[in-house]
Amino acid sequence: MSRARTILGIFLLFLFLFALTGERPFASHLAYYYDILINIGINVILAVSLNLVNGYTGQFSLGHAGFMAVGAYAAGSWSEHLSPGLVNFLAGSNGVLTFVLQPFPFLQPFAFPTAVADNLALIVATMFGGLLAALAGLAVGIPSLRLRGDYLAIVTLGFGEIIRTLILNIDFLGAARGMSVTGRYTNMFWTFGFAAVAIYVVLGLVNSTYGRGFLTVRDDEVAAEAMGINTTKYKVIAFVVGAFFAGTAGSLFAHYAGFLTPEGFNFFKSVDVVVMVILGGMGSTTGVILAAALLTILPEVLRALAHTDFVPAAQKAIEGVIPIHLPPLQGLLENRLILYSLLLIIMMLTRPQGLFGDLAGSRKRVTSSASK
Amino acid sequence: MAQVILFLQQLLNGLSLGSIYALIALGYTMVYGVLRFINFAHGDVYMLGAYAGFAITNVIYRFVPLDQYNAISRHTFVPIFVCTAIVMLGAMIFCAILGMSIERIAYRPLRDRPRLTVLITAIGVSLFLQNMTQFFVGAQPQAFKQLIPVRAIEGLGDLTVLSSQAAIIISTIVLMVFLRLIVMKTKIGLAMRALSVNPTACSLMGVNNGLVISFTFALGSALAAAAGILVAMDSPSITPLMGNLPGIKAFVAAVLGGIGNIPGAVVGGLVIGVLETMVEGYGFPQLRDAIAFGVLIIILLYKPTGLLGRVEREKV
Repeated sequence: MSRARTILGIFLLFLFLFALTGERPFASHLAYYYDILINIGINVILAVSLNLVNGYTGQFSLGHAGFMAVGAYAAGSWSEHLSPGLVNFLAGSNGVLTFVLQPFPFLQPFAFPTAVADNLALIVATMFGGLLAALAGLAVGIPSLRLRGDYLAIVTLGFGEIIRTLILNIDFLGAARGMSVTGRYTNMFWTFGFAAVAIYVVLGLVNSTYGRGFLTVRDDEVAAEAMGINTTKYKVIAFVVGAFFAGTAGSLFAHYAGFLTPEGFNFFKSVDVVVMVILGGMGSTTGVILAAALLTILPEVLRALAHTDFVPAAQKAIEGVIPIHLPPLQGLLENRLILYSLLLIIMMLTRPQGLFGDLAGSRKRVTSSASK
Repeated sequence: MAQVILFLQQLLNGLSLGSIYALIALGYTMVYGVLRFINFAHGDVYMLGAYAGFAITNVIYRFVPLDQYNAISRHTFVPIFVCTAIVMLGAMIFCAILGMSIERIAYRPLRDRPRLTVLITAIGVSLFLQNMTQFFVGAQPQAFKQLIPVRAIEGLGDLTVLSSQAAIIISTIVLMVFLRLIVMKTKIGLAMRALSVNPTACSLMGVNNGLVISFTFALGSALAAAAGILVAMDSPSITPLMGNLPGIKAFVAAVLGGIGNIPGAVVGGLVIGVLETMVEGYGFPQLRDAIAFGVLIIILLYKPTGLLGRVEREKV
C-alpha cells in the first residue's frame, strides 16, 4: 500500500499546484470542458463507492442516488444556514484565524481569508454531508442487508425513492421548488482529491481483512456464514462506506451546481452509477474509474453528434426506405438512458464481467461465481 | 354510520386499486414460479398495454365515437361492451407477443447465468422499453379516450361506486377465473406447475420447458395489459413512466402473498391496494408510496415466504 500512498501524495500535490496556478484561467476560458472534468470527478467518486457495495461485496444496491441526495442536501443546508456564522467566527476580520496569524506576518499571504474560508467551508460541509449519508446508509443497511439479491435491489430502490419523497415534503429543503446553494466552492482540487481518497479507501479496504470479508460474502454467502463470518457486519460496513462517499459526491455536486432539486436524485441517477459499475466491471476499480469517465463524456459526444447535419440526413434516408414518419432521431442520441439500457443488456449478454474486468484480474472471480 | 360508510368506501376503492396490483402481481409471481427471477420489465409491459389500448381505442373512434354514450343503459351496453372487449383483447395479444419476445431475446440466452446477471438485464429491458416509448410517443401524458362512461352507479345509497371501478373488479374476477382454469385444468397449466416444482424432472418427463416459459410470459404480460387498460379507464392519462411505481408495488404484492404462489399474488395485491387507500384516506397521503416498501421490508424480515408461500430451503 505504500506505493499507492506515494501515488496518492503526488496526485494530490499536482492537483494542489494546479489549483494554485492554472485552474482559474482554465475554468473561465474552457468552462465546458472544466464542467465535464468536475462531473467526471464526481461520477468517479459515486462509481467507485458503489463498486464497493455492488462489485466487491456483491450486494446489488439501486439506491445510490438517495445517499447522494442526503449528502447534497445536508451539505447544502449546512453551507446555507450554519456555515456562514462559523466561517465568520474562524476567518472573519475579527475571527480566530486572523487573530492567531497576527504575530506571523510572513504567513499572512497564505491566509487570505476568503480562499481559506471557502475551502474550509467546503471540506466541513462535505464531511457533514458524508457523515449524514453514512448514517442514512446505516439506517437503511441494518434492516435491509439481511435480504439477498433481487430483494435487496428492490428495497434499496425503495429507500432511494423514499428519501426523494421525504425531501419533496420537507419545506426547509425547498421541497419541489429546489434548494439553491450559494457557495460554489467546488474545484478540481477537492473533486479529484476526494475521488483519490475514495479510491484509496476502497482499495485499502478491499486489500485488508475487511476485503476478504467482502469477497467471501460476494462469492458464497452461505459458506461464509458457515465459516463463522458475520456477513451482515461486512455488508453494513461496505454499505456505510459507500454511502459516505456518495454523500461527499453529493456535497461536491451541491457546491458545484449551486442548485438542488429532488428530481436530480431520482432512480435514473442511481441507474447512471450502476451502469458505470457494470460497464467497468463489478469488482474492478480501474475499470469502474474508466467507465465513469467514459460515461460522462459519451452523452456529451452523442449530444454534439445529434446536432450535426448527419442526423437529419440519416432520418431522411431511413424514411425514404421505410414509409413510416419517425420522430426526430436527435431524441435517440440525446436520451442517455436509451444508450445505457442497451449497454446494460448487451454487456450482460456478451461480457457480464464488464469491459475492463480482465485488467484488474477479477475475471476469474466473476466466472467462478457464474459457474455456480 | 357515516364512519362505516366511509370505511366501506375506502375498502371499495382499495379493492379496485388492489385488483390492478393483483393483475400485475400475477405476472411477477408466475415468472418467478417458473424461472426464479424477478422480471423487472413487467411494469413496462403494463405501460405498453395501456399504450396499445390507447392506439386501438383511437382506431375504434373512427367508426364508433364512444364518447357519445353518456351512461350505460340497455341500448348502449352492447356497443360499449364489444368495443371495450376488442380493445382489451387487442392489447392483451400485443403484450403477450411482446412478453414472449422479451423473454426470447433478453432472458433466454441467460438461462444458466447467476440471478444478478438476469436482474441487471431486466433493468436494462425496463429502461429500454420506457425510453423507446418516450422516443416514439413523447414524454407528455396522453389522454386515453373514454371506453365506458365513468358514472356513479345509482341505488347504492351513500356509497359511491363508479362504473369504472365496477368494471375493474368484474374484469379482474373474470380474468382470475380464466387463469385458474388455464393453470388447473389444461395441459400447459399442468406443465407450468410441474416446471415450478422441478425444471429438470419436468423436462425429463418430455415437457418442452422453453415453450412453457414462453407461455408463462405471454400469460403474465396479457394480464398486465388488461391491468393497464383498466387503469386507463379509471384515470385516463397515460405516460411512458406510468409502469414504474405500480410495477414495484405489484412486485411487493407478489412477495407479500408468497412469490411463486398464484392465489397469494391476488391476496397480496388486494391487501396492498386496501392498505394504501386506507393510509391515504385516513390522513397520511404523502406516505402512500412508501407503504409498499415498508411492507416489503417487514414481510421479508419476519415472514420471507409470504402469507401463502411455502418454505424453501436454500441448498449449499
